[in-house]
Amino acid sequence: MKCKGRAWKFGPNINTDAIIPARYLNVTDPEELAQHCMENENPRFAQETKDGDVIVAETNFGCGSSREHAPIAIKAKGISCVIAKSFARIFYRNAFNMGLPIVESDEAVDGIREGDEIEVDLTSGKINNKTTGQSYQANPIPPFMQEIIDDGGLMEHIAKRRS
Amino acid sequence: MPMTITEKILAEHAGLKEVKPGQLINAKVDVALGNDITAPIAIEQFRRAGAKRVFDRKRVVLVPDHFAPNKDIKSAEQCKIMREFAREQRLTYYYEVGQVGIEHALLPEQGTVLPGDLIIGADSHTCTYGALGAFSTGVGSTDLAAAMITGELWFKIPETIKFIYRGQRNPWVGGKDLILYTIGEIGVDGALYMAMEFTGDTIDSLPMDGRFTMANMAIEAGAKNGIFHPDRVTEQYVKGRAKRKYHFYASDAGAHFKDIREFDVSKIEPQVAFPHLPSNTRGVSEIGKIFIDQAVIGSCTNGRLDDLREAAKVLRGHRISPNVRLIIIPATPSIYRQAMKEGLLEIFLEAGSVISPPTCGPCLGGYMGVLAKGERAIATTNRNFIGRMGHPESEVYLSNPAVAAASAILGRIGRPEDLGRKG
Repeated sequence: MKCKGRAWKFGPNINTDAIIPARYLNVTDPEELAQHCMENENPRFAQETKDGDVIVAETNFGCGSSREHAPIAIKAKGISCVIAKSFARIFYRNAFNMGLPIVESDEAVDGIREGDEIEVDLTSGKINNKTTGQSYQANPIPPFMQEIIDDGGLMEHIAKRRS
Repeated sequence: MPMTITEKILAEHAGLKEVKPGQLINAKVDVALGNDITAPIAIEQFRRAGAKRVFDRKRVVLVPDHFAPNKDIKSAEQCKIMREFAREQRLTYYYEVGQVGIEHALLPEQGTVLPGDLIIGADSHTCTYGALGAFSTGVGSTDLAAAMITGELWFKIPETIKFIYRGQRNPWVGGKDLILYTIGEIGVDGALYMAMEFTGDTIDSLPMDGRFTMANMAIEAGAKNGIFHPDRVTEQYVKGRAKRKYHFYASDAGAHFKDIREFDVSKIEPQVAFPHLPSNTRGVSEIGKIFIDQAVIGSCTNGRLDDLREAAKVLRGHRISPNVRLIIIPATPSIYRQAMKEGLLEIFLEAGSVISPPTCGPCLGGYMGVLAKGERAIATTNRNFIGRMGHPESEVYLSNPAVAAASAILGRIGRPEDLGRKG
């Protein structure tokens, strides 16, 4: 599976209040949540991103609350992949459970600039920067997590095991 | 092989003799918790998976505390989804407004979570119950749905960092200051994916409420869980509350720790975390003049009885600054009632504060004290991210209840000593 789009860069410790402020947590509708995605961090983000675009962030992306509304908002906004140096623990689980592709790579985050055209091959973990011609390698996804993704998410994984 | 307390609890719940950091296990959960923000999504996932019944109606706990009493029509709809699910599933532990408190103060108080338990909750501050000597961690709504259906969840065994606190606490220094200081030292991802084990003679003499505060903020260092060894203090707290059996676990001598950090507590003064990270800490004597518009005393971090007593000790006989709104939120109905009996509420009202029913409300900028553009608050809560309590251009400073109370009187962030109050 491949993800392709422009890079939106963010700093370290992007928390879930930045991804989707709690004032919008009185709804669960993905489309409505998507309109406020990253609002506290970059008010232009929700208006200007295009389907397929990629979030590129430093360490500890998704720290803070356990709200699944965060990966839901990012996915509904059309973001195809999040690349970061590291992810906060609960966000990491939630993203897999929701089917939002996330990959860890120090070199990709250091090498990619805002607006670069990025292509991520989720199977091989190879990240290509179309703008600069550079390529980077992501950390492999643990086999157990890969199983959940292959089944199409945690609920599907459970349904499969129960049947 | 010697194991840590975290490893032992996880091994026991996975039916294994021993486990090692990095190992993936499937474990039974004793309690699965959701609130009015996270449960509606979990319920949707529960239905989507075709599930009909929760695995055990005594072990799925739902708490409407974030935007309840309902703050608007949309949140009323969320609470309704949860209420109807609780009725349909005949859940034993669904707490309606009037009985409800902030989940992480309520569940231990009601004896719903116990030492030795494995608890998951769709709320990041679920790590609070580690204060009882339980393994307790936050998850998302889909993980909660999985646990609601199967009574199990997968976990990766975390590495453990051991924190040793030695020496006597200075006046007005409590659990909040120890944990803020620790986060200031290791950073907001200093314990990412790991267990934080809190030990040392300072901890032995730390009351239960202070331990809850510390375990509560383990997540602010990125940790999977925070944990204390259960002892006489724990036993005292739990007996009379527990409605089922519980177990005390302890780390073995020779257990493996990824790191060991030691702190001389006699050198720690009350801490203040500056915007916009809980790790931006400074000693309260080093902060200069910071004027405030609002002070909030409450939350799952510091809304317990000891916190209110501490605030009252500072506020007694004072009026707050005319430039400050002081909002005090007892975390549960039982804490509220006890605060009334002890005359604390009288002191708060005399001082010019307003007392809210139990709710998470302002901590996450929901309601009951949202900040306007440019406003500044001191709060006994747990996060000070951009826009956490309201407008993206507002600011939150984190502290203990005594500093928050003193600041409300002074109109600027300050110490109880600035009012001539001795700890």
